[in-house]
Amino acid sequence: MASKRSTIAPKHKGDKWGLLYVSPFFVIFGIFGLLPILFTVYVSFFHWDPLAGHNFIGLENFRNLFTDPYFYRAVRNTFSIFLISFLPQTVLALLLANFLANPHLKGKVFWRTVLLVPWVTSILSVAIIFSELFGQNYGMVNVAMRYLGLSHLGIHNINWVGQTIPSHIAIASMIIYRNLGYASLIYLASMLAIPRDLYESASLDGASKLQQFRYVTIPQLKNTLTFMLIVGTIGGLQTFLEPLTYGGVQGGDSRQFSTLALYLYEQIIINNKLGYAAAIGVAITILTVIISGVNFFVTRRISGSDS
Amino acid sequence: MSQLLEWFTGPRTPKKRRKVSRISYIALVIFAFLSIFPLYWLFVVASNDNTEISKIPPSLIPGPNFFKELKAVYAAVPLTNALVNTALIALTVALCQVFFCTMAGYAYAKLAFPGKRASLVVIIGTMMLPAQLGIVVLYIMMADFFHWINDFKAIVIPSMIGAFGVFWMRQIIDAQVPNELLEAAKIDGGKNFRIYRSVVVPIILPSALVLGLFSFLGTWNDFLWPSLVLNSPKRFTIQVAVNQLNGTYTVDYALKMCGAFMATLPLLILFVFVGRRLVSGIMDGAVKG
Repeated sequence: MASKRSTIAPKHKGDKWGLLYVSPFFVIFGIFGLLPILFTVYVSFFHWDPLAGHNFIGLENFRNLFTDPYFYRAVRNTFSIFLISFLPQTVLALLLANFLANPHLKGKVFWRTVLLVPWVTSILSVAIIFSELFGQNYGMVNVAMRYLGLSHLGIHNINWVGQTIPSHIAIASMIIYRNLGYASLIYLASMLAIPRDLYESASLDGASKLQQFRYVTIPQLKNTLTFMLIVGTIGGLQTFLEPLTYGGVQGGDSRQFSTLALYLYEQIIINNKLGYAAAIGVAITILTVIISGVNFFVTRRISGSDS
Repeated sequence: MSQLLEWFTGPRTPKKRRKVSRISYIALVIFAFLSIFPLYWLFVVASNDNTEISKIPPSLIPGPNFFKELKAVYAAVPLTNALVNTALIALTVALCQVFFCTMAGYAYAKLAFPGKRASLVVIIGTMMLPAQLGIVVLYIMMADFFHWINDFKAIVIPSMIGAFGVFWMRQIIDAQVPNELLEAAKIDGGKNFRIYRSVVVPIILPSALVLGLFSFLGTWNDFLWPSLVLNSPKRFTIQVAVNQLNGTYTVDYALKMCGAFMATLPLLILFVFVGRRLVSGIMDGAVKG
């Protein structure tokens, strides 16, 4: 952190230059970053309509939120989509990173670069492509499943939009598609930093590749895994554009894939209920903080008993 | 069966063990294919008419209709306008981010100023909060106070400098710029800004450019905020424009996909040139351990 050694100027001189360098950030961040966050809590106590004005209503937005079935449905969908996307993504990314970390792999840069391509495309484009791929009648996914003979197992012509779980799978696949390469690179960077002699001694002890992965690689990635879990939770609770593009602002006819952030957007765009939207924003934040805290302590516990 | 397994994983005897198992290459080929195929498919659909795509099995090769679809896209939204708007906005944001974030990051890494520790804690704290939290109030501010609705300032000014960029540049400068070098430059009589410009900037320029690329991509692809503050078609960014083609009940996939293709093409071209740099930038910035 900011130790004394890392400051080069005597205090009075550093004060002047340091403040000068950091002042544009303070101004912009203060006005457009910090102020809106603090003020949101205030707005959530109001009935706030951009046209009709605003009046103080105390905790009513939050009371309404707690009895709003659409809110609970959005909570359920947000968590469901998060789990269906985050768990497979982590497993696949660790696997790919493990392949990419092999020092004898040919074409290292090529593989890394190709896997990152989806990450530069916009969520909107990805969502448009995947809506087409998951179309019920002519979509590539259903057609491919038919050719693979899955229809004999009773799986055919899945309605990827209308049904709850299939729609969550379709949306999760968009998220995985766009993030997998990025996550793989993060894990790869971390794996490459693991000292090689740990593997050599494990190998001498007769550990198989799989055992080395389980008992050397994974424990060494503790910090990265914690970091990705927290970042993933924050991102997962903000899932918004995929469901919006996939099925409109309500998230499907019976809100089967409406998420919290999408519900917030709906309150601004359709209902003009800015106070209620702010209350949803506060709720998303509280959920994020709680889950991040739980994640943090759970991973701390696990890593504490490990070492 | 075991022979088949051996073919995949390589022979079991340690002496002859392949250095990279076939499974690795097979998996990488599959995932590389999965990464590219949807984008190829985007062009296939964008260049066919809807009946061609609705065949079973669907046509897997690009058709002749791309320019017809493109014309239809142009009839629906001002595409060139949107691309120019987006490029201007994204470029401005990227340049501002590089300039301001390196400066603030330098201050956090190497200089002393009042409120340094406290503000760093606040920055990290806000990075943990969902982006949607402040958006309602930011919207109210833009509409009622700044009157920047339909004004690019509403997009550019708030994202000129960000907590993520400052924090990242702080880490980079802390790791890459040795204090001894700064001391030496100081003893040589360098003024503070000269030291920053001629010692710090050259060292961190590659990382700063990656930050610029991140900002450019992020701004190009952002949808939520532009869709709230821009509602006149003349002012649309490319994402907002493409979303207009995505009317809830239209099933004109060729039209939508053509729009999405046009929104993605510039980024893919950019990626050809900067892809490797992005890869190393992401890996440099990763948490290790």
